[in-house]
Amino acid sequence: MTGVLNRSAILHIGVVILLFALQFVLPPYHHTNMARIMTLAVFAMGYNVAFGYTGLLSLGHALFFASGLYAAGLLIQMGGWSALPAFSMALIAGGGLALLVGVLALRTTGVAFMIVTLMFAQAGYLTVLYLGEWTRGDEGLVLPAASRTIGSLDLTNDTTRYFCALALFSIALLGCYLLARSSTGRVLIAMRENEERSRMLGYDPLRYRLTALVISAVMSAAAGAAYGVLFGYVGATFASIQYSIFPLLWVLLGGAGTVLGPFLGVLLMTYLVDLAGDVTSAHLLVVGIALVLTVLFAPRGLLGTVRARWLPWLP
Amino acid sequence: MTVIWHAAKANRRSVIKGLIAGGSTLAATASLPRYIQAQTSEPIRLGFQLHRTGIGAAYGRWYERTATAALQVLNDSGGINGRPVEILFEDDGTDPKRGAEVVEKLAVQQNCDVVFGTLFSHVVMGSAPRAGELKVPYLVCSEGHHVASGALDRWTLQPGITDVKSQVQSMAPWVTQNLGRKVTMVFPDYAFGHDHRDYFTAAVTAQGGEVIEHVAIPPTETSFTRYLPRIPNDTEVLYHVMVGPAVLTFVKELGEFYGSGSRPEIFGFIDSLEAVDITAPGLEFLDGTHFWEGHPRFLQQDASDYETYYRAAVGVDENGASAADPRDVTTYAHMFSVWETLFSIRDAMEAANYRTPADRPAFVEAMESVTEIPASIEHPQGAKLFNGKTHQVFGIQNISVVADGRMNVVHTTSIDDGLYEDEVDYTTLPF
Repeated sequence: MTGVLNRSAILHIGVVILLFALQFVLPPYHHTNMARIMTLAVFAMGYNVAFGYTGLLSLGHALFFASGLYAAGLLIQMGGWSALPAFSMALIAGGGLALLVGVLALRTTGVAFMIVTLMFAQAGYLTVLYLGEWTRGDEGLVLPAASRTIGSLDLTNDTTRYFCALALFSIALLGCYLLARSSTGRVLIAMRENEERSRMLGYDPLRYRLTALVISAVMSAAAGAAYGVLFGYVGATFASIQYSIFPLLWVLLGGAGTVLGPFLGVLLMTYLVDLAGDVTSAHLLVVGIALVLTVLFAPRGLLGTVRARWLPWLP
Repeated sequence: MTVIWHAAKANRRSVIKGLIAGGSTLAATASLPRYIQAQTSEPIRLGFQLHRTGIGAAYGRWYERTATAALQVLNDSGGINGRPVEILFEDDGTDPKRGAEVVEKLAVQQNCDVVFGTLFSHVVMGSAPRAGELKVPYLVCSEGHHVASGALDRWTLQPGITDVKSQVQSMAPWVTQNLGRKVTMVFPDYAFGHDHRDYFTAAVTAQGGEVIEHVAIPPTETSFTRYLPRIPNDTEVLYHVMVGPAVLTFVKELGEFYGSGSRPEIFGFIDSLEAVDITAPGLEFLDGTHFWEGHPRFLQQDASDYETYYRAAVGVDENGASAADPRDVTTYAHMFSVWETLFSIRDAMEAANYRTPADRPAFVEAMESVTEIPASIEHPQGAKLFNGKTHQVFGIQNISVVADGRMNVVHTTSIDDGLYEDEVDYTTLPF
């Protein structure tokens, strides 16, 4: 057991060290891309807590990402808050919203849960548009560069931005790693695998699912707030349906229910779009084919397949 | 300081005019080496942030064609500072996140000197922060008031097309004096529509008119039947500015609503029908209605030589469709901005004696120092006035009436009609 723990711990620590080292060698374009990927990977990891570990197939996670994005963005833009307190409030906003949505949506399961979460997210998207006087609706807001600081750290600086994204990513990765190995994590997996049996063993499904949804939403909101603060833009596109679909695709591609799968999914999808765009304007077709092939030949996602075939100790 | 951009370009322009006239100049110059200096100079690389896919794809298709045609003219006339010019197109999917990535890819990975061509406001807003961080000039063609409002920074400029605020302000006097003073506005209920609501309402009020009803349409609506009864009976002018696929439905349902009975005068933005054939079935109701056009889609009888040349160079017929395929209708009211922006880039680079990316601040300063831009082959839509403080250009607008399946210009505003107080002075900001 100790050996297993060491192997998985070493792997995850190694990924963080690798990302740290990449900061010094990545060419500028890929440097910023990697900061963006790490930020969005936090969103994907949050989604993975709900979907991958707990089996909650949500189609509404754009709501939680956008709640963090707008909470931080509006507090900075209109309230004159600095980045760190605004980021903290974004976590509360995301968690609070998930509590509210979860109490209602978790009364349903399966397809009904997908539809209810989709409707909540659509309501959130329309709210952003309706409150255009403050949110600037579809056009969005550009956060002033002067407000994008933490103490003396200038978040518009490429190196600072990379390390902030890495710090957030590392915390999220560590959190997911510990959750996956914790007793709570095992109960979440049990809920995914067999709710009735879990209930029979004395675990309250609503309580555990709500816990998973809130954790998932807080991570999504953290990613949203970080995206706004690090990249300077807050817009309604991030509240739209596509940002509910993206985390699902990232997680499916990388491997649902694996700690590193979401990061791998974001990484591959980002570069698939980027490289395919150099070859053809039908780059979304390329992405679609890649996803179909994944479903056909690696239905558990890339790391899920690796775990099933070669590395059973992978969390 | 007033800078007339093309005063020093008489020879080049003469050559191009000679080409238009079909004179022998073409044959004489075609055999000359065009890039004597270019033999030892790297091309200037311009990045084009293109809406090739996504909701802006219809615009993107024509923006790319317009840019390609302008590039041909530019290189044929000597390039920039004697160097050939390349345009690198990169699809942003009309998405703000991808837009920021594209700006970086063009500026950093592809080593483009400037980035230009963006239309959709949310892509501009999503991309501008990164352009500012990279300190790369970002020249947009978006009509949004976001540049002149002061929301952006010193690296974003809009020298090729006027903004919404200027457009509605300049047209309000003609609308109230010729169509009616009691106006009902129908607009999408989000930022684009709100800009029209706010600026046009203020402009109508300033003219002694009155907006008697605002009918805001939720963005998810696919049918407008239940909103149309909200149009007051004493409405004299119905002002509509719908966008997206719902436009055709809106116009058809408006026609069904009024039927063959009396209706108010109708004034709309051609944005609603860009890339759409106005003779399409169901659009008969548009006959007799008026539209704003940044640039008249149909060739007008009094069209300038510049206009004729531009239209031919891009490959557009007299009806505003592709010369190769009459079913392929252009986004004519907007795409001139790409052409004009490219030549504005040339002029600012030459004024700044641009050599390397280190000269980017000088390039921006050169553009900020521009004021008057005469009508020319490089600016076929008409003369313009650039405000270096707000980074926004001002120009003429056209009001056209639909008649017999075409649109005829009935009024052209002056540049002064669209001027407003400065809301920002970007020249005071550091690079």
